[in-house]
Amino acid sequence: MIDGFLALYIFMLAAFTGYEIIARVPVILHTPLMSGSNFVHGIVLVGAMIALGHAQTPFETAIGFIGVLLGAGNAAGGYVVTERMLEMFKSSKPEAGKGSH
Amino acid sequence: MSLLPTAIKVCYFLAALLFILGLKRMSSPRTARGGVVWAGYGMLLAVLATFFLPDMHHLGLIAVAVLIGVAAAWWSGKRVAMTAMPQMVALYNGMGGGAAAAIGAVELIGYARRLALLHPPGMPDTSPLRPESWALRGLPPLPTVATLSPVELTLGVLGALIGAVSFSGSLIAFAKLQGWLDKRFVFAGQRVVNLLLLAGAVLTGGLLIGGHASLALIVAFFALSLLFGLMMTLPIGGADMPVVISLYNAFTGLAVAFEGFVLGNEAMIIAGMVVGAAGTLLTQLMAKAMNRSIGNVLFGSFGAAAGAAQAIEGAQKPVDAADAAVMMAYAERVVIVPGYGLAVAQAQHKVWEFAQLLIKRGVKVKFAIHPVAGRMPGHMNVLLAEAGVPYDLIADMEDINPEFGATDVALVIGANDVVNPLARTDPASPIYGMPILDVSDAKHVIVIKRGKGTGFAGIENALFYADNTRMLYGDGQAAVGELVNEVKTADG
Repeated sequence: MIDGFLALYIFMLAAFTGYEIIARVPVILHTPLMSGSNFVHGIVLVGAMIALGHAQTPFETAIGFIGVLLGAGNAAGGYVVTERMLEMFKSSKPEAGKGSH
Repeated sequence: MSLLPTAIKVCYFLAALLFILGLKRMSSPRTARGGVVWAGYGMLLAVLATFFLPDMHHLGLIAVAVLIGVAAAWWSGKRVAMTAMPQMVALYNGMGGGAAAAIGAVELIGYARRLALLHPPGMPDTSPLRPESWALRGLPPLPTVATLSPVELTLGVLGALIGAVSFSGSLIAFAKLQGWLDKRFVFAGQRVVNLLLLAGAVLTGGLLIGGHASLALIVAFFALSLLFGLMMTLPIGGADMPVVISLYNAFTGLAVAFEGFVLGNEAMIIAGMVVGAAGTLLTQLMAKAMNRSIGNVLFGSFGAAAGAAQAIEGAQKPVDAADAAVMMAYAERVVIVPGYGLAVAQAQHKVWEFAQLLIKRGVKVKFAIHPVAGRMPGHMNVLLAEAGVPYDLIADMEDINPEFGATDVALVIGANDVVNPLARTDPASPIYGMPILDVSDAKHVIVIKRGKGTGFAGIENALFYADNTRMLYGDGQAAVGELVNEVKTADG
């Protein structure tokens, strides 16, 4: 059980962290970063697993099962598309020497 | 709340740390790839640790659901084209919102069930907030979340509401960007209906918090929340979708944080809240770049008040590929302005081939990207990166705008509204005030365009009629192909 005020502090500090991380990001990374943050909230999978693990009636179990399915989709899909996007970012610096400059 | 073994707590702590460090690394192009891998390890750690939590049932079911979900999303994520990335983000985000809503649903249904057990008719004074009353009633102590405190209940309901809205809203956003829902769905009194739906969701949620939890009420609450997300997103046009997706991304983050509080899971609280804040800021940045307020996106309708835009004098002056190629081959500085049309034509590889030819001839080539080029900020950068364009040749609007004056040729491919000077000069234009790329400052402008029509927003573009502008009509891919051939011929 997390104490209410302690949670409030966590909420506040985490919010500042998120704000600060984005504030300094160049526009070229906005899409990958949105996708990356989309992946990070895939942690909802853990919550869905806990909910399903504690489900006690068939109805609760069914909803929990759907929750885990969706959460797993969020986490895995978010990771794959973010990784695919970031993989493509390259610099011209290594070749610049023999290039036209 | 049960006491977690220390090892599991450590795993969750490391996961939260890896998420923050990962996002931090993702904020620089050099370290970005490593960032997502770090966050990935964090996720793996947290998910594996969860299997070892005490009092977990249905472990087999959980494993099956995780495997199916991961396999389906992995498969679809690997296959999707880069141009379709925005709607995939919307889809995965909706799934996250749905998962958060499902957590809320399981918790609320369990809560209602226990409340009914505790409050049989004629026994009004047993409180669900006092677990000791369980023993009094001769019930076995429940191993899990036996009761919900008022704060937990409130945040649980709030998280479920936000998650459900994000779920249905994101699915509509996905369908719209995918082209499954072309028409905007608008009817008289829509705002009133939406407001009533929201009021209904809040009211039923309030009743749940007030201790009137019953299955019927919970079903009504979720139905109203889902319907509200649906109805709220339907009237929003495709051009505004990126802002909406970003907003729902922030929503899901918040919902995850709130449900994390209900479950007593710090990793969920931290990760959710970080995303909630980052997503909110990102939404503001996007809306600002598009010269739209978030309220305007959600409650206005684009182009409805277009009215009498000023008529444009003059004619569009065509140019053929040979002349255009010569202009650029003998230029000193060329700036290429790609728009979404380029990506639709899959011409980014050809454009990079063309740029490399120019660079070989000693021309200084840069790519200028408007913040909302593509379908969301940074989308065009991803598409250029896919073609192999190094990120240090790509310039943001603020950096490139002062340079257009010293640019010999600006080559505009598939971009329209983001280079329209009317945004600076015509207060009657619906895009007035939107920051644009000052392409018209260049000595010569060459615009590759399919035909003479107007852009996505249906607005005439004064740039096309300017004295220093020449129009190269044709499909983006084919036109750039011709330019490549012409330069190759000139090179001998």
